[in-house]
Amino acid sequence: MSSYTSLTRVLTTLSHKEPDRVPFFLLVTMHGAKELGVTIKEYFSKAENVVEGQTRLREKYRHDCIYSFFYAPVETEAFGGEVIYHDDCPPNSGMPIISSEKDIKNLVAPNVYDTKCLLKVLKATEMLKGRTGDDAPLIGVVMSPFSLPVMQMGFDKYLEIIYERPDLFDLLMKINEDFCVQWANAQIEAGATAICYFDPLSSPTVTDRKIFLKTGFEIAKRTIAQIKGPVATHLASGRCLPIIDDLVKTGTAVVGTSAMEDISLLKNSCRGKLTVLGNLNGIEMRRWTSDQAEEIVKNTLAGAGHGGGFILSDNHGEIPWQVPDNVLMAISDAVHKWGVYPLDWVEDYYSSV
Amino acid sequence: MKKLIDNFINALQSMDRLAVKRHIEELSGEHKPLWLIENLIAPALTALGEGWERGDVALSQVYMSGRICEELVDSILPPADNERKNQPPMAITVLEDYHMLGKRIVYSVLRAGGFELTDYGRLSTDELVDRINSDKPEVVLISVLMLPSALKIGKVKENINTSTKIIAGGAPFIFDNDLGKEVGVDEVGKNASDAIDILNKLSRVSS
Ligand code: B12
Repeated sequence: MSSYTSLTRVLTTLSHKEPDRVPFFLLVTMHGAKELGVTIKEYFSKAENVVEGQTRLREKYRHDCIYSFFYAPVETEAFGGEVIYHDDCPPNSGMPIISSEKDIKNLVAPNVYDTKCLLKVLKATEMLKGRTGDDAPLIGVVMSPFSLPVMQMGFDKYLEIIYERPDLFDLLMKINEDFCVQWANAQIEAGATAICYFDPLSSPTVTDRKIFLKTGFEIAKRTIAQIKGPVATHLASGRCLPIIDDLVKTGTAVVGTSAMEDISLLKNSCRGKLTVLGNLNGIEMRRWTSDQAEEIVKNTLAGAGHGGGFILSDNHGEIPWQVPDNVLMAISDAVHKWGVYPLDWVEDYYSSV
Repeated sequence: MKKLIDNFINALQSMDRLAVKRHIEELSGEHKPLWLIENLIAPALTALGEGWERGDVALSQVYMSGRICEELVDSILPPADNERKNQPPMAITVLEDYHMLGKRIVYSVLRAGGFELTDYGRLSTDELVDRINSDKPEVVLISVLMLPSALKIGKVKENINTSTKIIAGGAPFIFDNDLGKEVGVDEVGKNASDAIDILNKLSRVSS
């Protein structure tokens, strides 16, 4: 029996050393509804459901974290926006809450402790912490102040103010930064071990680096500095290779990586500086056979496992509802089988492919 | 010409509206609007689209360039001008989900490429089937962002009673190369300017 818990396994890899096995974050959210036999809408309506779902999923798939993430639009819901539910899709944000310059000037951030939908997430966090204790890290989630406006005002309007209305952009960032810091710290206070800072807008897939350095980068530096716990930056399957060194300077400890980029290149450029989280393709995963899943996990571990500083996960930070349980089980089996350190099968593996 | 296109791309990437306009004004003495579209604007947008797919160009640059070119083309070649491409009737829509940017970009790029198309806005699967069956467009472009929306495109194909060609695109198609085949669409575009190439290809085939 290993003396490692999920938490010490993750902490060891974060210090760029090899624990007993490659840590595995199966970032499942909606699959909890399947476990409980309720609709996605019903599932997210009560903290107790998410607590039960997360507990059962970790027992079933033997992964190394608890994920208190509900859905991204919970933050726009807190600002007064609508959330649209479907039976086979994560909740989506509805009509933007900002449709004019005036709306930005009058925008007031919600107080986390007065907002029902956020209190529900905090309650789930507290209950999950009570159940899990120090056995596994509990990962809370915030949208970055720089990425949230896509849901607050629509993507096209937002890109236009980034380029054409720096005055309105700065005003909105001030409001969102204050909110993000309060929201992250409330989750840490409720028991979250670390915060996953979702910031796909900072990815070179979406914003060119020149603009990023003036915007998302500075915002991340300021925001992360005020979060009272470790932070992992996730670009939600946007690319990150060209900005790895910039991300290091934001104070983050982990980067969520895309299936669009080569895992060994990612590992090489992050080595000793950032822990790589990733990068299984969640969209394609739906159609994998068990053998394919095993092969892809092996290939990913071979490319990035050596020396620690690596957590196996999907590339988006959420497994789509359409991914069947047998695929998730095959991924879990593969990491438990092939992820045991030292990864001494890797040399033979490379000479055979 | 390559140098001209490169300079034009640079002006677009740095979002220098005045420089973009200057390039066009300098050439419009010698050349007709359609020539400018086919030889300068469309190739520049195609290069930006392909650059995005490779990871060298950001989406924000693709979007802003598309918008700038769309405005420009509207001013040199008004929508009603009969110099606009002699093209099959076509429409564009977002299916099931609420993410409109992909459609907006493809729409701008196509209009900047001299095409005209009807914007159906956002539709559910049943609404799109009804719309296609009554309008009978030759081509419908569908943009989605959520995976379940992409999977519903198959239902559209099954339930239409026209020979409309379906071209699909959006993030799920970028992450899964076999998705287009699975849902049975006629063509998949991985970046906005692919739409121009695909439409040109389809019109060559049908003529
Ligand atoms: C930025 C981003 C976010 C931002 C903004 C999202 C938004 N637009 O509202 C934030 C942080 C808010 C976010 C949140 C979420 N996201 Co998100 N996000 C992304 C990311 C990185 C880019 C998405 C985007 O908007 N791109 C801009 C559009 C315009 O790009 P595009 O669709 O690819 O379009 C281009 C081409 O594909 C092409 N194209 C598009 N349509 C068409 C049509 C035709 C005919 C042609 C020829 C070409 C074409 O042209 C466009 C320009 O080049 C993607 C991953 C990725 N790498 O793409 C995930 C992604 C879209 N997100 C995803 C999900 C699930 C979510 C959430 C639902 C998560 C959750 N549980 O809450 C939320 C919901 C958001 C909401 N609005 O309600 C998934 C969706 C797929 C799925 N799993 O079902 C993706 C694909 C991640 C993944 N790999 O799984 N996200």
